[in-house]
Amino acid sequence: MKIPRRSSLPFRFALYACLLAPAVLHPAPHSLLHHPAPTFVRSDLSGKSVDLHAYHGQVVLLNFWATWCAPCRLELPRFAAWQAQYGPQGLHIIAVSMDDDSAPVRALARQLNLDFPVVMGDQPLGTLYGGVLGLPQTFLIGRDGTIRARLKGEADLHSLESRVRRLLAEPGP
Amino acid sequence: MKQCRCLHVSREYCSFAISLLVLVLLAVPQVQAQFSGAVSPASAYSIPQSQLIQPDALNRLLQAPAAAKPLVLQVGSHIFFSQAHIPGSTYAGPGSQPAGLQLLESSVNSSPKDRLIILYCGCCPWNRCPNVGPAYHRLRDLGFTHVKVLYLANNFGDDWVAKGYPVEEPH
Repeated sequence: MKIPRRSSLPFRFALYACLLAPAVLHPAPHSLLHHPAPTFVRSDLSGKSVDLHAYHGQVVLLNFWATWCAPCRLELPRFAAWQAQYGPQGLHIIAVSMDDDSAPVRALARQLNLDFPVVMGDQPLGTLYGGVLGLPQTFLIGRDGTIRARLKGEADLHSLESRVRRLLAEPGP
Repeated sequence: MKQCRCLHVSREYCSFAISLLVLVLLAVPQVQAQFSGAVSPASAYSIPQSQLIQPDALNRLLQAPAAAKPLVLQVGSHIFFSQAHIPGSTYAGPGSQPAGLQLLESSVNSSPKDRLIILYCGCCPWNRCPNVGPAYHRLRDLGFTHVKVLYLANNFGDDWVAKGYPVEEPH
């Protein structure tokens, strides 16, 4: 890689930091990308049915998380804020907990005041999404129902928010 | 003119050196955490470096017909285990929870104390895994002398499955 000779110190720092960063912070190429998001129907914690197909025409941020996953717990409050801020423009957050037991999920959802559907995940749902074998994992689904990004690991929330805004600005199908 | 170019190169090297220095300083707390005695036993960093096993080494161990097969235990979420796991491994409960540690104890209670036991999780990046540290220390406390932990830098999906190591998946 050729680094511009006159690049600034902050640029160089950011570049080296990216090269050395241990976590996978950028969208990973995957066969699901740019394909229709696999549909599923699950009940949320309050018993309401959540059918992904019903969100066609909206932007969906589908987040796989767990109560014991520290980076997940950092992301959830931001997602709750985005739901309030961008909900009127068509953003819908759906959180899929990969906890084995729903009791701690209910407690944390109450504690964090999560104002979006939280469903319990399982093996078929994980497999449907290409194998969710590491948390957190976030899928961005565009208004056309296709997966536009898959982010593994703790997301760069600033960049993720920009992506959400770009998807919200796109016209519906 | 020549002098100017030299100065320019020096500045380039200087900025490179400063960038690296900042990165090293940022990494120091992690390195210290790994080697100091003050690390919480809940942290994966509390596991001695010498007790870690890399994916490739474990894969070779699993393939080698002559080697005595280790007891491989997954100490993370059951949903993860049911999606994909190392062939022959056993689900032993999340090490971060009391019920998980109980299941771990029952998984090893018939094993000799010197049996090679490999623990793995891969739920999260290594420095965020809540399961392997407590599971490792519980086995050591129980007197098991050959306990190793599979080092998965990012997660089981990226560092084992995506790298083509063998997995058992649901049919």
